[in-house]
Amino acid sequence: MSIKINDFVIRFANVNGSGSASANGMFAKALFRMGIPVATRNIFPSNIQGLPTWFEVRVSEQGYLGRREGVDIMVAMNAETFAEDIDSIVPGGYLLYDNSKPLPRQLTRSDIHEIGIPIASMMLPEFADPKQRSLFKNITYLGALAGLLNIEFEVITGMVATQYKGKDALIEPNIRALELGRDYALQYLDAPLPLQLRRSDAVGDRIMMDGNDAAGLGSLYGGATVCAWYPITPSTSVAEAYESHCKKLRIDPATGHKNFAFMQAEDELSAIGIVIGAAWNGARSFTATSGPGISLMSEFLGLAYFAEIPAVVWEIQRSGPSTGMPTRTQQGDLISAAYASHGDTKHPLLFPATPKECFDFAADALDLADRLQTPVLVLSDLELGMNENLSEPLQWDDSRRYDRGKVLSAQQLDAVENYGRYLDVDGDGVGYRTLPGTHPDKGAFFTRGTSRDEYAAYTESPEDYQRNMQRLQLKWQTARGLVPKAEINSRGSSVGVLFFGTTALPIPEALDKLAVSGVQLDTCRVRAFPFGDEIDAFVAEHDLVFVVEQNRDGQMRTLLINELQTNPAKLVSIVYFAGLSISADYIDEQISAYYEEHKLARLTEVTS
Amino acid sequence: MTFVAKPRVHHPNIPTNDLGLTRRDYEGSVSTLCAGCGHDSVSAAIVQACSELSLPPHRFAKVSGIGCSSKTPSYFLNRSHGFNSVHGRMPSVMTGANLANRELMCIGVSGDGDSASIGLGQFAHVVRRRTNMLYLVDNNGTYGLTKGQFSATNDKGSTSKKGIANLYEPIDLVSMALQLGASFVARSFSGDKRQLVPLIKAALKHKGMAFIDVVSPCVAFNNHSGSTKSFEFIREHSHSVVDADLIFGQPEITADYAEGTYETVDMPDGSLLQLYKVDADYDPYDRIGALTYVQKMQQQGQVATGLLYVDPEAVECHDIMETTAQPLNELAEDALCPGHEALAAINQSYR
Repeated sequence: MSIKINDFVIRFANVNGSGSASANGMFAKALFRMGIPVATRNIFPSNIQGLPTWFEVRVSEQGYLGRREGVDIMVAMNAETFAEDIDSIVPGGYLLYDNSKPLPRQLTRSDIHEIGIPIASMMLPEFADPKQRSLFKNITYLGALAGLLNIEFEVITGMVATQYKGKDALIEPNIRALELGRDYALQYLDAPLPLQLRRSDAVGDRIMMDGNDAAGLGSLYGGATVCAWYPITPSTSVAEAYESHCKKLRIDPATGHKNFAFMQAEDELSAIGIVIGAAWNGARSFTATSGPGISLMSEFLGLAYFAEIPAVVWEIQRSGPSTGMPTRTQQGDLISAAYASHGDTKHPLLFPATPKECFDFAADALDLADRLQTPVLVLSDLELGMNENLSEPLQWDDSRRYDRGKVLSAQQLDAVENYGRYLDVDGDGVGYRTLPGTHPDKGAFFTRGTSRDEYAAYTESPEDYQRNMQRLQLKWQTARGLVPKAEINSRGSSVGVLFFGTTALPIPEALDKLAVSGVQLDTCRVRAFPFGDEIDAFVAEHDLVFVVEQNRDGQMRTLLINELQTNPAKLVSIVYFAGLSISADYIDEQISAYYEEHKLARLTEVTS
Repeated sequence: MTFVAKPRVHHPNIPTNDLGLTRRDYEGSVSTLCAGCGHDSVSAAIVQACSELSLPPHRFAKVSGIGCSSKTPSYFLNRSHGFNSVHGRMPSVMTGANLANRELMCIGVSGDGDSASIGLGQFAHVVRRRTNMLYLVDNNGTYGLTKGQFSATNDKGSTSKKGIANLYEPIDLVSMALQLGASFVARSFSGDKRQLVPLIKAALKHKGMAFIDVVSPCVAFNNHSGSTKSFEFIREHSHSVVDADLIFGQPEITADYAEGTYETVDMPDGSLLQLYKVDADYDPYDRIGALTYVQKMQQQGQVATGLLYVDPEAVECHDIMETTAQPLNELAEDALCPGHEALAAINQSYR
């Protein structure tokens, strides 16, 4: 059998709460440190202990980071899911299992390779404590994989030393367990397997980080001083990352006091209320939530839109509606976020696709919210937020200054003859704010969700109300020019593909696959809503645009039709919404099938 | 409501305070509430209290929810910013405003619908967080703007204007505030300025969560004979337990109070909080005792008023959180952003 280097999918099937996450994480990190591109995916239940959980690592020298269908190596450590785990292995693939007890006959497959290691039996003479025996099982299979796949052993042992620094007593037994596994593989198994790892330079200077961590850090760099939030998967780690980075980077050196406020609220209504109150009073503030939280925050989002208060909301999407599949990914909240609240409301949305973009957009969203005096929502998802993935290193330009938007100081107020909070002085629909307590007798105004005139005085005048709503519409046009532009790659094809967020991950691989059969597509990665002119032009310039997204109803397509007044027939939906992340195989299949069915011209046919 | 604009000309002999300002400098715009509404008396009491304390009239953050009570921040302190937010959500907005700038005086005005029904959760949580604010409820037992429905603070058996009895148990915000950790808890009556103004002054100077439930009758919907929130009922059934006053300099004990029934408490700014106990046995520093007393009175159909509980040593939310002394909204960029070099080290930790 031919040897394949740095190209496989391995899946670990475990029981959650069994301590497997640490060993599995070390596996991925070791490959990353060998310079091999990896993408990790946690597939976990909404549960603390005892239910099945899977950890998948896509290993790809080409740098394909999207999910791939099929499992090449299954590390099956959960008896409960044994049958389905064995089913998911591709023909010719490998099953690694604990053969301390024999494999049930009915589960054997003639088209895969079985690799039995008596892990539980090996633990008995080595570790006296039953809890240790259970934990070190995970480390032992990691050691066996090192032998089977050619992981550089010093890379793993080095990680053990770093991980247990300060708890030195744990280093030796961990290394012992690694050696047990490796030695068994080398001595008794046909190691290495034809699926092998080899040190590479394909990672470059990239880092491995999850998107929520990057979002929390970016919010810190972007100057957020108030974070109010309510726990909800998969967003919780955004807030927790912000706090943990702040505890290192935002402590006043002289006093030890905090240059930030971190408040776990009683619910999402309170979280967004705190954010809006803080922003009204001039502190950069943000919250993090998921779909159900957006529903709860909707009344407040309408207030902030109408009263023109900056706020940043991170929405880490999961599978809805309702509680849906709360630990599975989706891009299902576009419409509920874009138009959150009653009446004529709409909010700028940002769609990050990588951890670096989470970092960048965290700071950009704070600037945009201040500049536009309106809530800005950043739509990430579980796939990006909770999985460690390769990312370009984070960057910060020290010459960058926060854009606090139009806020008048006491001196500036003194120079203004005729101050009106909602006067459109600059013709961009954005008025000048003042902050509470700024000036002894100028610039104070009353903020309300009810209609008011340019001087913030309550009014129910039809003309005043309508003029105000039209100014907000003008502000929306201003937003179109300020939000991040789409990334467009046009090579003159008449057919395009449009996508956003984590749907971008499998796209390069899908395009390569499609190119083989002569399908060449121009690409448009949407990074924000409202849609800029470049997106309008991309849709106009192509006869057909596939809109690829991870929800049932094609919500991005709906937004495009609604906002760009596009002919719906031009926009072909490719949707995937099963709770896993969309794969290149799926995109390839769907687009190929469409080409087949509609007999669309392929590149090879055109040139022949 | 009145349509007569307030005259801009002041009486030549109108007194000025330590800042050289008159009471007029603490007023707001003309009230649009019904003539005789208790809420307007509460607003007037806030104006008087702030003026007498010589507080800078632009250094407040006024926040409210929705309802008649929540309109009132327009009617006092118009040199300060106000925020009429979402029904029942004043506490969260006020919390945020307080987090952003701990130096501003925070006044949150709410009503019984706003705090005891739709906003009960936010009320409970802002109290337990001990946000440094005056939380004032204009409590009239009814929904005025939607024309006279019962609110949750109505006593069981009290009747609506149409004579229909309320069948459900009342929620007593004072008892809840005591239980949830408010460090200053008082009840008063919009018709008793002599009691209310000193309470507001003491509450404004209190560090921590100061809660005042002000029974403030609704002249349009809840001021009839079957109501327990009417002017007449409160005048007849309220019992002041501890009167408070805030004084600067040496205490002056008036002859009205017997020996042993007054005492003074040092306030953070150097002023003195003077307490006059109507009942010599009442202990205003005993949270559990206060709770028992308030509930016992309620059982007897009476309303305990005055300063019911105070903890002069209280801490506030910022102390608990250990936030920096400087307002967060004034921190400069170099205190907020660790910069490029720190990020290079962070990148390395993710390799």
